Amino acid sequence: MTKVSMTVNGKAVSAEAEGRTLLSAYLREGLGLTGTHVGCDTSQCGACVVHVDGKAVKSCTVFAMDVAGASVTTIEGMANPDGSLGVIQQAFQDHHGLQCGFCTPGMVMSSAALLAANPHPTEAEVRHGLEGNICRCTGYHNIVKAVLAASGQTVAAE
Amino acid sequence: MPKDHGIGASSKRREDVRFLTGKGVYTDDLALHGQTYAVFVRSTVAHGRIKAINTANAAAMPGVLAVFTGEDFKDVGGNPAGWLINSRDGTPMREPKRPVLAHGKVRHVGDAYAAVVAETYNQAKDAAQQLADDTDIEELPAIIDMKAAAADASNRVHDEIPDNLCFDWGWIEDNRATVEEVFRTAPHVTTLELVNNRLVPNAMEPRASIGEYFPGTGDYKLTTTSQNPHLTRLLVAAFVMGIPENKLTVVAPDVGGGFGSKIYHYGEEALVLAAAKKLARPVRWTAERSESFLSDAHGRDHVTKIELACEKDGTFLAFRTETYANVGAYLSNFSTATPTFLHGTLMAGPYKVPNVYVNVKTVFTNTAPVDAYRGAGRPEATFSLERVIDKMCRELGLDAFEVRRKNFLTPDQFPYTTPVGLVYDTGNYQATLEKAIEMADVAGFGARVAASKARGKLRGLGLSTWIEACGIAPSHLVGVLGSRVGLYDAATVRVNATGNISVMVGAHSHGQGHETVFAQIVAEKLGIPESSVEIVHGDTSKIPFGMGSYGSRSLAVCGTAMTKAVDKIVAKGKKIAAHMLEASEGDITFEDGKFSVAGTDKAKTFGEIAFSAYVPHNYPLETLEPGLEETAFYDPANFTYPAGAYLCEVEVDEGTGKVDVVAFHCADDFGNVMNPMIVEGQVHGGVGQGIGQALCESTTYDETGQLLTGSYMDYAMPRADDVPFYNVDYSCQTPCTHNPLGVKGCGEAGAIGSPPAVVNAVIDALHRGGHTHVTHIDMPVSPNRVWQAING
Amino acid sequence: MHNFDFVKPASLDEAVKALSAEGAQALSGGQTLMPTMKQRLAAPDVLVSLTGIAALKGVSGRAGASVTVGAATPHAVVAAEARAFYPALAALAGGIGDPAVRNRGTIGGSLANNDPAACYPAAVLASGATITTSRRDIAADDYFQGLFSTALEEGEIITGVTFPIPQKAAYVKFNQPASRFALTGVFVAKYADGVRVAVTGASNNGVFRWSDAEAALSADFSAGALAGLTVDDSEMIADLHGSAAYRANLVKVLTGRAVAAA
Repeated sequence: MTKVSMTVNGKAVSAEAEGRTLLSAYLREGLGLTGTHVGCDTSQCGACVVHVDGKAVKSCTVFAMDVAGASVTTIEGMANPDGSLGVIQQAFQDHHGLQCGFCTPGMVMSSAALLAANPHPTEAEVRHGLEGNICRCTGYHNIVKAVLAASGQTVAAE
Repeated sequence: MPKDHGIGASSKRREDVRFLTGKGVYTDDLALHGQTYAVFVRSTVAHGRIKAINTANAAAMPGVLAVFTGEDFKDVGGNPAGWLINSRDGTPMREPKRPVLAHGKVRHVGDAYAAVVAETYNQAKDAAQQLADDTDIEELPAIIDMKAAAADASNRVHDEIPDNLCFDWGWIEDNRATVEEVFRTAPHVTTLELVNNRLVPNAMEPRASIGEYFPGTGDYKLTTTSQNPHLTRLLVAAFVMGIPENKLTVVAPDVGGGFGSKIYHYGEEALVLAAAKKLARPVRWTAERSESFLSDAHGRDHVTKIELACEKDGTFLAFRTETYANVGAYLSNFSTATPTFLHGTLMAGPYKVPNVYVNVKTVFTNTAPVDAYRGAGRPEATFSLERVIDKMCRELGLDAFEVRRKNFLTPDQFPYTTPVGLVYDTGNYQATLEKAIEMADVAGFGARVAASKARGKLRGLGLSTWIEACGIAPSHLVGVLGSRVGLYDAATVRVNATGNISVMVGAHSHGQGHETVFAQIVAEKLGIPESSVEIVHGDTSKIPFGMGSYGSRSLAVCGTAMTKAVDKIVAKGKKIAAHMLEASEGDITFEDGKFSVAGTDKAKTFGEIAFSAYVPHNYPLETLEPGLEETAFYDPANFTYPAGAYLCEVEVDEGTGKVDVVAFHCADDFGNVMNPMIVEGQVHGGVGQGIGQALCESTTYDETGQLLTGSYMDYAMPRADDVPFYNVDYSCQTPCTHNPLGVKGCGEAGAIGSPPAVVNAVIDALHRGGHTHVTHIDMPVSPNRVWQAING
Repeated sequence: MHNFDFVKPASLDEAVKALSAEGAQALSGGQTLMPTMKQRLAAPDVLVSLTGIAALKGVSGRAGASVTVGAATPHAVVAAEARAFYPALAALAGGIGDPAVRNRGTIGGSLANNDPAACYPAAVLASGATITTSRRDIAADDYFQGLFSTALEEGEIITGVTFPIPQKAAYVKFNQPASRFALTGVFVAKYADGVRVAVTGASNNGVFRWSDAEAALSADFSAGALAGLTVDDSEMIADLHGSAAYRANLVKVLTGRAVAAA
């Protein structure tokens, strides 16, 4: 075990890790940030997406030691400073973009990265941008609506 | 102006805030002092005899605290089947024991035969690998194909069951001769052989369980990913472990989707409890996704021959089916009900067909257990019916819409007793069909075909008109049909002294939004703000009882129990108010949160009555107990019968065989709607899963019983860019006649109605492209299969 | 996953040295290696991360001549930065996996692994690119040696790939529906001295050049030029996602579409 340090949600943190410790495990078990979920073991489902230095990554497919010193943002860091829901989070609630909530942290993080890179995406761009996040509850309809709404666009679909 | 509060409002979900901020608490999120880790050792062969397990090496490894094998559980109970089904000849089904850990034989890849508990997950994992290396299993030939299994008595999943048949069921057996006679004389018969593809439910949260034991009191606690914690408590305590129910608390905290797969009790839950007792420490287990694929109960897996006898004008005369249904290696809790009473009873559809006979043979195979998955039996019935009707229409050159109109039951025919034993209470199938036609702009379809053609694509339109029986279920009826449990539900409404309310419900929310919708209903009925109502679910120590959530039952059954408990609160409130207002009870009315003396301005607010109940200074103590808390159990009088019409448009790429769903229209009748936003979301999700079944989800075992689709690298589920926006309508409403909310249930509809609409659309597209030799393609209608069908 | 020592050198020399240790393995983006390690199908004693070596990152080029991609450059960076030089290459990079995978996965990792369904090998082979390693330059035609097999020697590290820029090019991928790898992908590149066609995802032998199509397209760069060709399906992959005949069909259909898109 070695102490691995990084910045998570703006705070300097450190926790014990082995070589094989995944970033997802470092966050969940090392730091108690259990909002980041693990839904598969093949880097497909996207429930574990966090941002590392501003880029969306699947935290189950990154070793904690490989991102030592990096700045990591998780779902716990997405609310406004006053604790209210951020724009994307609020859009997910307003448009019923979540049901069981398990894929939701990854969806929000991927959506945030998508909108940062493309503030006014088309429906097709949203769908393509979320292809690495599997949701089993919503059929994606309201997730896509939520992301479009969060971009400030009127959503055509009812 | 739509309502913004109470019944019928699209209230935003209160549970979302914790899920959106990472503050949900799922089972694996809990960290307990002194916790230990269990890892299961699972069979890598489909069928084998366990010759020897040497636990010594594993037990001596660093951090290992305990090793368990099937030997440790051979004297405890088996995990039982919840329904006893009799064969056509009256003999009861075969029920092999389903042990906590496999003993003697392993019967499917992933069958757990041992478990290791260690201080850390990695230590347990290493020891589990050692144990696997130290186990001698003699591999036996795998039994995978259902028809071959039933035909070959020499190779047996369970040594005591010679033909691998669980039962051979006829429904209704008395109809059989008449139906045969109709087929002998019918002017036209359409026959279709089809597969209802096996699916892996794939809730995004893998199953997880934590066992705790408290030596001071002898109490146990199981935290687990369950859709119905009380049922799990009953099964693991009374049937398997022999723990008194009052010594076991089962908690299902936030649960990340279920879709059926988390209804059932699984051996892992018993193991963590046994280990927790042995070690007097918490024992946790979380499935890896690959374990979920191998050990969660799968869904569907029917091989069916369906025949339709009709007049030349398309008037239905009879349906007859012969189905082989896979139950896998062991009977999961609902596995015997799913292909029978959730399937055979729906084989009349929404039609006035006079004769129906259903035969189902359930077969043991060396595969994971198969049980209810979203829709459970009803999607299989609907798919068979809607596909064979579509085929008949093509054979006879009939219009699919006209054939439905001709055969639908009409609104004046309710209540209607079907030839397969259900009594439909109400419906208006014409209304949903016409609504769907309007939504889909069927009139403009020709122009869209031409536009697709200009882009090099074939376009097709597919129709499905479906019905389901949900709100499961009337206990007196299911008892007659073989159920070993009642299917009522319960709720306690606890009015606190300050007027806010806790409602303890037996239903469990794992995505459905009960915390919001149930609060809307209570708030409406009591005339108080939704924010004053808290819904408590998922904890057997807090809730009177409950059968959980599945079969689109939560609102129709548990919601009714809750409503009845609220009614009792109001009734008691009237007694208190009558005393306080010095009026007779019969003169007290309750409206908008106020108890009033009719015809006067004398009134007490709900809060005043609640306070009085807990501070009974001016209170009829001689005739009325203080406090304001009521419990109701509700057992439904009948199933509920949601129905609808779905229209799907697809584009087919002839070069690659790829099918794109370009439009999907749903016109549903769910009866009254409590929260439109949530109802729409349920339909979206169901349709998404139905499109998945239709186009991409395939669970494939090879002939040796290895699961070829055991991860997301090979098991395809729809992604955001595989589906369109869905067009959803629920304005055709015939309220359920036998529950006070008039609700029918909406959770499974999308998954039931959509697969045949998709496949019918693909066949339509191919026919429009001149590929008229293609009469059917089995699901999943993958690019490879479409291309082969075109070029075959 | 078995445990290992994790090292993250800052220079190529240090990485080469670290990789000379017994049981050492290079880690680039890890998007394929890590799932393999989770299944315990790979169990290195030492994992040498290449993501800390600045010299292995970045895209540089000369318009109309060539573009060089550092081995540890993530797909997302290639998608953005190669667009000006080689749009078809950028488009290919922008279609690998999903956005999160593209932020970690690298060209060097993809080529070193040489998964038969990976996208990059098609671009490298169709472009006649040069793979530069810690020891030498390797021509694409010499580099790919079958499934998961390459010309790389023990301890040899890819440092970059240089693509000559074609007159026209396009990559068309047909996704395997679950993994989103290429069920079949075809990269067509038209150079002054002829057309090169590379196919990934389809063959039991890994990425390959479809020489009949190259000849036909070199004479007539149009989808119609492929009309008379047939694809031998005897070496095609057959699995639950597609038969050999289906993949052979895809090779031809996608080649035509790539030509049309180029």
